[in-house]
Amino acid sequence: MADKVLMKGNEALAEAAILAGCRHYFGYPITPQTEVAAYMAKKMPKIGGTFLQAESEIAAINMVYGVSSAGHRVMTSSSSPGISLKGEGISYLAGADLPALVVNVQRGGPGLGGIQPSQSDYFQATKGAAHGDFHMIVLAPASVQEMAELTIKGFELADKYRMTSMILADGTMGQMMEPVDLDFKITPEPEKPWATTGTKLKRNHNIVNSLSLVPEELEQLNIARYERYKTVEENECMYEEYLVDDADIVLVAFGITSRVSKHAIDNAREQGVKVGLIRPITLWPFPKAPFQKAVGHAKAFITVELNMGQMIEDVKLATNCKVPVHLCNRVGGMIPDHTQVYDKIMEINEEVK
Amino acid sequence: MKLPIQCLFSGFGGQGILFSGKFMAYKGMIEDKFVSWLPSYGPEMRGGTASCSVVISDREIASPIISTPDILVAMNLPSLDKYEKIVKKGGTIFVDSTLIERKVERDDVNVYYVPATKLASDNNMPTLANMILVGKILKVRNEYSEESVRAALTKVVSAKHADLLEVNMKAMQIGASYEE
Amino acid sequence: MVVFEKPHALTDVPLHYCPGCTHGIVHRLVAEAIDELGIEGQTIGIAPVGCSVMAYDYFNCDMIEAAHGRAPAVATGVKRADPDNHIVFTYQGDGDLASIGMAETVHAAARNENITVIFINNAIYGMTGGQMAPTSLPGQVTQTSPYGRDTSHCGYPIRVCEMLATLEGPEYLERVTVNNVANVRKAKKAIKKAFQNQIDKKGFSLIEVVSSCPTNWGMTPQDALKWIDDNMLPYYPLGVYKDRSAKEEK
Repeated sequence: MADKVLMKGNEALAEAAILAGCRHYFGYPITPQTEVAAYMAKKMPKIGGTFLQAESEIAAINMVYGVSSAGHRVMTSSSSPGISLKGEGISYLAGADLPALVVNVQRGGPGLGGIQPSQSDYFQATKGAAHGDFHMIVLAPASVQEMAELTIKGFELADKYRMTSMILADGTMGQMMEPVDLDFKITPEPEKPWATTGTKLKRNHNIVNSLSLVPEELEQLNIARYERYKTVEENECMYEEYLVDDADIVLVAFGITSRVSKHAIDNAREQGVKVGLIRPITLWPFPKAPFQKAVGHAKAFITVELNMGQMIEDVKLATNCKVPVHLCNRVGGMIPDHTQVYDKIMEINEEVK
Repeated sequence: MKLPIQCLFSGFGGQGILFSGKFMAYKGMIEDKFVSWLPSYGPEMRGGTASCSVVISDREIASPIISTPDILVAMNLPSLDKYEKIVKKGGTIFVDSTLIERKVERDDVNVYYVPATKLASDNNMPTLANMILVGKILKVRNEYSEESVRAALTKVVSAKHADLLEVNMKAMQIGASYEE
Repeated sequence: MVVFEKPHALTDVPLHYCPGCTHGIVHRLVAEAIDELGIEGQTIGIAPVGCSVMAYDYFNCDMIEAAHGRAPAVATGVKRADPDNHIVFTYQGDGDLASIGMAETVHAAARNENITVIFINNAIYGMTGGQMAPTSLPGQVTQTSPYGRDTSHCGYPIRVCEMLATLEGPEYLERVTVNNVANVRKAKKAIKKAFQNQIDKKGFSLIEVVSSCPTNWGMTPQDALKWIDDNMLPYYPLGVYKDRSAKEEK
């Protein structure tokens, strides 16, 4: 094992992308993800890669579209308002079945909002990034180590399924430093025979396209794409369980709030309250299995989120609303501390006794 | 050493606030602890105040955000005004008494007044008041040893600035041996 | 003896363009340039939204369909992915290049991105059925300027070559038209040069082709070609607006 180093989440993510073979980065400055761009600006020229500060988020995502069309690993990063601008390009990437990695280091919204940590783009990431029927693979890191690990995973999954992978982080994940071990095994990039790299006059021309004017054909394309999504749902769900087996109350949280939740759970367990945590690591596909298992013994769920209640809808669906699902949240850049979560656990514990 | 420990470093931009936090985090990491370091960011950085939160723990860190610090390092008056009230009862405040004339108002915390900025300029190291305070923290916490300090410094001072290692060592030594 | 052949760089798919539309001519000129320079195997074409959105079916080289206005950004990505081996061209209309994609156009030019841009200026949105374009002439009647383009209300048409010529970045800017045989020959020369510049790594070359849209102008094809002479060219004079290499050689 290599020595651990202390790195900012944004920098660990950028370094992991380089390790994954990404040699093309396009972005536009926005807090709190700018370190990714700064890191790439420094590194890419030294390793024969491309760092280009685009004229806009819209241009950046379309440059990503171009590199991906040419069959290379490529990424962009931004924060919430910038991701909205990238929406158009993300839809085109989906329509043309192009792999890419998009990073959202979320901040509070709507509008210009604030710059402190938030999870209020959950809906956008998992359900409605832009127009049309499509999904992204959404990965939610909860540590600097995972910022790196899931970036590599994101590239691999994007290539495997010809989809956009999104790293859905928040300001704390991007800004904080933690020890990280960057000794990764990288799976080589797959062949991309569909890429537009020039025919060399040796094959028929390749076309990268999201236009399909014949309804019967467009319908079939959508159905085929969703067949692929089904495979992703079956094979790629990732989650962590913490003290769930005997839990009466199950917290559900991702990213930074999952860590706060664990602290609160430990304190509640000391008081004899049977409480555990399900931490979805893939937000899409949303891991349903641990919920179907937990709903047999849990009397209530509590989602802990930095938004007005977004993931709670997926938890209600995953549990078929068989038991109550409560919300413990802060918004606008505020983060609940473990005492707020603890108090919520105790309140719900009184109700379900 | 009792863990976890939450430290909040605060002062003006340019006082090395982020650096002293990084040093503490590296020191924890070398000693096989869980550590996190989180800076304040965004427009508030432009206004001239800087702060960073460091958590050192023997288990996974719940949150890098500190609501009730065990240790507060205040290197300017706005920082003391802002953060004095959130320090944990029984916690410790380190005050740069060159730059902050007032006394800490609370009586349920430990306070150390160190004229760090004056000590730094008297010793011809005007930018190292931050590390003088770090030396004092380590001494108070009974963690000051030349080896551990040197090991952490080696990590945090980039190779490019290796010449700064000794002067940082000296700054911490001055802080560690300072008595009010 | 073969007296007329389709360029190899064009497929056999019948074009969907309206009768009398000049897109067909320009497609052919682009394909001829690709053939003559022997670059089909390394060329990647990008056609964004507009009448030419289905150009991917007409060119034999690799093709990418892009979002409205974004072709220069996509081209930037494709080019940078393999700058030594990719020859990249975009084929854009006036609404695409000079309205929704103006930022992408200006910045690709400012970066002197080593790509070739074919810009069809027919002063109207053709695909959506004849709305006012950023290049529609003052007084021009369109679906969305039914009383004629009122410059006090919606401003003046944009002269793209002149505007881009103020930038330090671009290598080559020329405005041509294809409304008679002599002009078609000049257009061909310009388009070929725009590709040659890219091969020579000289940078951003844009050829603005003043074109006709008989359908949406409401004219016969012949009247439309005459309308270019009478109305378009006085506002959009033909000529070379920038040629850095030629200037440096002097």
